[in-house]
Amino acid sequence: MNKIISKEHFSEHVVKLVVEAPMIAHSRRPGHFVIVRAGEGGERIPLTIADADTERGTITLIVQEVGVSTRKICALEPGEFLTDVVGPLGQATRIEKVGTVVCCGGGVGVAPLLPIIKAMKEAGNRVISILAARNADLIILEDEVAKYSDEVIVMTDDGSAGRKGLVTAGVESVIERETVDLVVAIGPAVMMKFVALTTKKYEVPTMCSLNTIMVDGTGMCGACRVTVDGKTKFVCIDGPEFDAHKVDFDEMMMRLKSYSI
Amino acid sequence: MSQDNNRDAAWRVALRNAKTAKERTATPRVVMPQLNPDYRVTCNEEVNQGLSAEQALLEASRCLDCPDPQCMQGCPVAVNIPGFVKNVERGEFLEAAAVLKNTSALPAVCGRVCPQEKQCESRCIYNKMKKQPVAIGYLERFAADYERKERAEHPVEVQRPVSNGIKVAVVGSGPAGLSFAGDMVKRGYDVTVYEALHEIGGVLKYGIPEFRLPNSVVEAEIDGLRSLGVNFVKDCVVGKTLSYDDLHSLGYKGVFVASGAGLPRFMGIPGENYIGVMSSNEYLTRINLMGAGRQGEDTPVLKGNRVAVIGGGNTAMDSVRTARRQGAEVAMIVYRRSEAEMPARIEEVAHAKEEGVQFMTLCNPVEYLPDEHGRVRAMKIQRMELGEPDESGRRSPQPIPGAIEEIPVDLVIVSVGVSPNPLIPNAISDLEVSRRGTIVVNDATMQSSISDLYAGGDIVRGGATVILAMGDGRHAAQSMHDALSR
Repeated sequence: MNKIISKEHFSEHVVKLVVEAPMIAHSRRPGHFVIVRAGEGGERIPLTIADADTERGTITLIVQEVGVSTRKICALEPGEFLTDVVGPLGQATRIEKVGTVVCCGGGVGVAPLLPIIKAMKEAGNRVISILAARNADLIILEDEVAKYSDEVIVMTDDGSAGRKGLVTAGVESVIERETVDLVVAIGPAVMMKFVALTTKKYEVPTMCSLNTIMVDGTGMCGACRVTVDGKTKFVCIDGPEFDAHKVDFDEMMMRLKSYSI
Repeated sequence: MSQDNNRDAAWRVALRNAKTAKERTATPRVVMPQLNPDYRVTCNEEVNQGLSAEQALLEASRCLDCPDPQCMQGCPVAVNIPGFVKNVERGEFLEAAAVLKNTSALPAVCGRVCPQEKQCESRCIYNKMKKQPVAIGYLERFAADYERKERAEHPVEVQRPVSNGIKVAVVGSGPAGLSFAGDMVKRGYDVTVYEALHEIGGVLKYGIPEFRLPNSVVEAEIDGLRSLGVNFVKDCVVGKTLSYDDLHSLGYKGVFVASGAGLPRFMGIPGENYIGVMSSNEYLTRINLMGAGRQGEDTPVLKGNRVAVIGGGNTAMDSVRTARRQGAEVAMIVYRRSEAEMPARIEEVAHAKEEGVQFMTLCNPVEYLPDEHGRVRAMKIQRMELGEPDESGRRSPQPIPGAIEEIPVDLVIVSVGVSPNPLIPNAISDLEVSRRGTIVVNDATMQSSISDLYAGGDIVRGGATVILAMGDGRHAAQSMHDALSR
């Protein structure tokens, strides 16, 4: 049982929860995720850790309501409990000084991106962050991102905030303007697919973080498997981060619909 | 073992002389009462109902109490088989259970899931007489169940062992971990078991279905350990949540790693990632651990009308019988060798057949085909024939050229084995690991290349049985205790 310490609404369907989890807070690194269960009978779902406070013993989760389980989690109030939180799981992000890093976050994908932005900046990189969403309401964490970025570009589909256009247009404009050494893309599978296609054209190394269906999150079930460079990989133990140019996003998107066709 | 249960104890001599060998061998082997197949595929109730006291008494009387009992040689943990069977025969059921508990931490589990026909019962003298062996497994279950019910009705105050104040940690709460924990807590250690999942029991919970091993049986064993003072911590992945160094800072003087087999193997054939193709681990975990499909449970599971389970082991049988219970009209085992080579227990194969499972032996899937949504709709099967024996001693299957056919299926459960989970080996840098990824230990002591770290069960064996895992737990407990007492 893990207590909810605080809750903040980013938008109607996106909440930020600060959750008591001292051991996880102590062990987690950027890129790690947790498996969460809300209520007996609840599903086990993976959520990337957006932040952690080792002194207070808390981790921050940003959750978007998309189904039964995320609705239950988003309905929890401070003082209430998540039934289970286990982690930190997956491989941590490789943080090193490479030069200029473009970090693209789509929708709530900005949440898991934030600790990477922070760590990339602290490692001495020039960090350009691109936040993309359908509209202004869905742009999250802009101020926090700005704190650790040399430049922030906001892209919205409808132009209600920042520039009108897709994330790929933002990425392309930066790559055409200056030398980019690494792109990190986290967001919906389709967004990562198109970022990867764009950066592939310019041969800019690109990393993505995948959020697939999981059960145990420790390598036991294989529900999360994806094809990377023609080989089957488990997102939970081999990932969640992979070379975006090698991920079979079409297969991943198909598998994400396993329970909705 | 107490003196009272030796073969030359007065009661045992008298019992032996009470009936002639001829009388004993004239009795046919008891038939396990079981639920009707038509009924049991509609529910999750345990198929084997257990022996009545009368049946157990009669079956126990078949045992000849051999001077050199070969059955014990067949048992991986050398249970004192005649010692408990003769106690059943004289009606001392609790004493029978006590004899079992001397060597087996989980007799109610072993009595249900051990492959007795390959172990103790295969060595029974009755086989030499061309008669069916004494039903040792049924009797083990009977004695353990009797004790559990008796203790539930008449609880006795549990005497907690005197603490020696030494902390030891166990990684994983499956059969190896539980048996280690039981042995160490009885020796006075302060034992904490860390489990990655949200329930205690490991494969006994997520893997083996309730119709073969009810959760209540597993729970009773776990409660027993809890009452002895074992601490259980769920949702904690050693190697992730807590590092090996963290365990040291927490004051643990020894660590037993029993983290299980872990990663499901796939065959690497085209189409294996289509929707509706999944590992038996995923299928069974969704249903057994997560309760998929039951009222009030959020976890979904795909259902199929035509389900193919690939493989011939016990996990394959568990999966295919689960598929029948999930409503599959056609549930089939697809196995590349013949039935004679199947590693599954004979009883599980027989139960599966009674439940209408079809057996496609000498068949190997070579490709899966999707519908327009990417869900599997058919499999291509290569017919096989048996060639020369391979290194495992089993005759190796060879494809018959051109004998490929397409069979419609809407769910495929891949049950072709597991690989060791790399999580712990990767997290501890000095730990010696085999090429297969298993933790290397000294066979006698279960000690790894790191002096205070012991390991056992599937993380060492790569995929074995509950009883072998339990045996490892016992051996590790003994040698860790020896090392810590020095």
